[in-house]
Amino acid sequence: MSTIEEQAQPHGPAARDAVIAAHDLTRRYGEGETAVDALRGVSLSVGKGELVAVMGPSGSGKSTLMHILAGLDTPTSGTVEIAATEITTLSDGELTRLRREHIGFVFQFFNLLPMLTAEENVVLPLSIAGEKPDTAWLDELLDRTGIARRRSHRPSELSGGEQQRVAIARALVTKPTILFADEPTGNLDSKTGGEILDLIRSSVDTYGQTIVMVTHEARAAVIADRIFFIADGLIVKELAGASTEDVLTEMSTLSS
Amino acid sequence: MTTVALKGLLGRKLRAILTAVAIVLGVAMISGTYVLTDTIKAAFSTVFTTVYAKTDAVITGKSALGNTPNTNNGLPPSFPESLLAKVQRLPGVAAATGGISDLAHLVGRDGKVISGHGAPALAFSVHPRGDQRFNPLTLVSGTWPVGGRQVAIDAHTASKEGYKVGETIGVIARGPVTRYTIAGIVKIGGVSSLGGATMAIFDFSTAQRIFHKEGLLDGIDIAAKPGVKPAQLVREITPILPPTAQVRTAQAQAAQATKDTNGFLSIINDFLLAFAGVALFVGTFVIANTLSITIAQRTRELATLRTLGATRRQVLLSVLLEALVIGVLAAIAGLFLGLGLAKGLNALFVHFGIDLPQAGTVFATRTIVVALAVGIVVTLLAALRPAIRATRVAPISAVREGAILPTSRFARFSVAAALLTIGAALALMLIGLFVGGISTTDRLLALGIGAAAVFVGVAMLAKTLVPPLARWLGWPAARFAGASGSLARSNAARNPQRTASTASALMIGLALVTLVAVLASGLKTTFENAVNSVFKGDYALTATDNFSPIAVSSANALKKLPGVTVVSGVRAGEGKAFGSRIGVTGVSGDIAKVITVEWQDGSQATPGELGRNGSFVSKDYAKKHHLSVGSPIAVETPAGATMSLVVKGVFAPPKGGSPYGDVTISTARFDSAYQNPQNVYAFVDIAGGVTPANTAKLNAALKAFPDAKIATASEFKKNQEQGIDTLLNLLYVLLSLSIVISLFGIVNTLVLTVFERTRELGMLRAVGMTRRQVRSMIRHESILTALIGAALGIPVGIVLALMVGKAIKYPAFSIPVGTLVVFIVAAIIAGIVAAIFPARRAGRLNVLEALQYE
Repeated sequence: MSTIEEQAQPHGPAARDAVIAAHDLTRRYGEGETAVDALRGVSLSVGKGELVAVMGPSGSGKSTLMHILAGLDTPTSGTVEIAATEITTLSDGELTRLRREHIGFVFQFFNLLPMLTAEENVVLPLSIAGEKPDTAWLDELLDRTGIARRRSHRPSELSGGEQQRVAIARALVTKPTILFADEPTGNLDSKTGGEILDLIRSSVDTYGQTIVMVTHEARAAVIADRIFFIADGLIVKELAGASTEDVLTEMSTLSS
Repeated sequence: MTTVALKGLLGRKLRAILTAVAIVLGVAMISGTYVLTDTIKAAFSTVFTTVYAKTDAVITGKSALGNTPNTNNGLPPSFPESLLAKVQRLPGVAAATGGISDLAHLVGRDGKVISGHGAPALAFSVHPRGDQRFNPLTLVSGTWPVGGRQVAIDAHTASKEGYKVGETIGVIARGPVTRYTIAGIVKIGGVSSLGGATMAIFDFSTAQRIFHKEGLLDGIDIAAKPGVKPAQLVREITPILPPTAQVRTAQAQAAQATKDTNGFLSIINDFLLAFAGVALFVGTFVIANTLSITIAQRTRELATLRTLGATRRQVLLSVLLEALVIGVLAAIAGLFLGLGLAKGLNALFVHFGIDLPQAGTVFATRTIVVALAVGIVVTLLAALRPAIRATRVAPISAVREGAILPTSRFARFSVAAALLTIGAALALMLIGLFVGGISTTDRLLALGIGAAAVFVGVAMLAKTLVPPLARWLGWPAARFAGASGSLARSNAARNPQRTASTASALMIGLALVTLVAVLASGLKTTFENAVNSVFKGDYALTATDNFSPIAVSSANALKKLPGVTVVSGVRAGEGKAFGSRIGVTGVSGDIAKVITVEWQDGSQATPGELGRNGSFVSKDYAKKHHLSVGSPIAVETPAGATMSLVVKGVFAPPKGGSPYGDVTISTARFDSAYQNPQNVYAFVDIAGGVTPANTAKLNAALKAFPDAKIATASEFKKNQEQGIDTLLNLLYVLLSLSIVISLFGIVNTLVLTVFERTRELGMLRAVGMTRRQVRSMIRHESILTALIGAALGIPVGIVLALMVGKAIKYPAFSIPVGTLVVFIVAAIIAGIVAAIFPARRAGRLNVLEALQYE
């Protein structure tokens, strides 16, 4: 467990094959005296097959960062490149296409469609894009996420953990360039949360999936290859291969 | 709690407005109807009062058959001119003048009859040199007509057709068109036209001559000596009247004239109010549904109020208060919109050929009270059920994620309740339709309530029908519109109650439109079948307007043409036999060559063997009065004479309409018994049959008779069906209001649904759905809802048409498949239109905000 303290170059070791690279992002909400700077110059890059966690207390700007990285929000200044495409200047239509082809989402509240079965929810991004699912891949995915037996159940018949598994399968079904997970365990009990984290980690290890996960839970963050700590709109620290103690120590420094 | 309700309403302005639209439109229709009819009534009343301003008493002709207006030419018989001298000799009479009134078409520069758009073509006489105090007309320009070559016309026609004093104009009185010089242009009772009626005014002796009324009068205007009351005058005059004349005080006469027009206006009034009722009924569905959705979405808010100590009663009242405010504002808006609508309706009537006089707009207190009361009460009634549901929200819902409204205790009986309601409703309708000895009012009431209950029942059942309907009807969308289509299909079935209520509002309008279309189609089919079996000649000769009687001279003009072998007319008038009024027709023997009917007794030769006292009667009439060949039958004429006839034949008319009246006599007998005999139609046989050359030849011969025209069998059918089509179009336009209201219901539901599914839409956008796909999804849900409405409404309409058709012994039942397809297409278009606004809102949602939306 090596700790890289105060890393000099923000682009990190994986900069050469980065799937996502953000440079000097700022985000200001509002105007004049009431303006709030959610991000004040954030640069980072994530390499292929890397699992990165973004941690920070509430109001630190971690959610804003993720929204900008995913093209859901536009930065006040700075650039974001996903798969070598500068995304901050794309139109709504281009962004939609980018999301279809390159981005997967896992939400805190699962966001499944209640009238569709688990399997239908999983293939939803494909049907929206007008594509047919690859049956072998779908079966494997359902199997690996552990919902194969529940595939024809509706969300109301599934537990919270099962619903989040469906959501993860939905995010993976398009084999996205990058997957964003927003507090994926935030709405689950700790045992179920642990299982979901295992699933997230294994999708990186098995499929080489690149993942950016926003969380405020130490036990979630530790599954990441690297952890970015955010406070007051800046990345204040970056840890690689951190233990739970490392993370907890860091968090208590931040909030003090 | 009051503040909460009002602030909540303010916070949901868009929803409140969308809810209010249903009430605004319904109330506008009520207030518009009242304003329109009140204004027209006032205008007529003013006109008639002015007309009789300087007259104390009026003598008019009276049909011996009674006072109701005649069906054919609307003219009571004339009375002898000698009565005038007798009246003038009475001690109470200061002055009296006799006059002629009749009907005469004006002919425009294009050689065609100047249409009064359904209003009559009136003709009056004036005494150009005498005392003008009785004259209801006033000269706008020129002088009174003098002699046999001059006429005066009404100011409305003069300005519309651009006629000036000194120009000539054609007039058809009896016989061919004759040209007269316009001596003057007149107003009547201070207005330029009586509801679009044209007027031709001649001097008295000319009028007597051209209407063949030498020695006769149609009316006497009388002024009393000073100190003699009108009523006293009437008492003096009554004993000297012949049986075909009557006397009234001028006031009573004006009142009678007003009453006659008001009777017609009351029918229009009730007719329009019925449609306003339908619109409001549809409105209640829209309001109830919108409030239900709003309340479902406010479950947490209501629960929070409960945890803060609000009682169920307070929750109930706060919802009702919200409805009350919406109702009051909507009713006021509707009231004033109705004023504008009144003008719109008038324009509509003018377009469909019913031109009515307009004076100052009458905005009666009754209009205000009724419109406001109905609007408010309807809104509150519609809010009652959602309000009661709101009280069932448990306080615990405040802290529960995704809390939903508890279902009613009776929910599990809903299918049974729906079927029970439909059953009871149909039973009520059957009573209204088939059980004897019920007054017309009760009958209509039973039908109206029954039909409303059928709709309620079907709406209740709709909840159960929606999931399968959505599956079937949504199949094409799911198949061809990709993810948007299949998501739309699942969304439609997601909340069956909501989709059901939304679709039910549309169902009502579509059911009524279908009912009307099916009945009209049956009517047309049977009519066509009847014409096909009856019409054996080459051509028919009818009035240009397809229904007025035509002068015999037009038929005579065709007889002289070379090649014409038969011209046989059917005379028509009224008579009275066995104590009730009947239609009497007159034919000659050659009618058998151009009209074929089946004979129960007698043969095609019978019309030629009638002689002076012979007659033939219809099968139904014979059955009703136990008549057979040889039976005597006494028929009273409008002039008061009684014809003693003998039945010589009984014919069986086809189902779609009879060419003859109940009793038919010979033309010779008819012409001697009736003043001014006219044909309803005549039929022509010509060597070579129907050819363009023959048509041209016949038309050329009719040049002098612009009020008559030639038609082949198929043209004749089409012409006669125009009346049905006009009525049909009017009904469609009026029913479209309730369809528009139901469209607002769809808009409402979709807007609320989009609002409710904000986060879900955010997710869909996040996983790659384009704006266009989002819009398409909403649009398909809208179309699907509309199609469910059609799927419910069209069958209900057909069933209603079957019932009504059975009750009125409808001769044929035919489903106008083409028209119904048009309705379905219209429903799809309606769905697309309703989706425009909600889809745009859904497409515009910011993905990030949508995702963060709680």
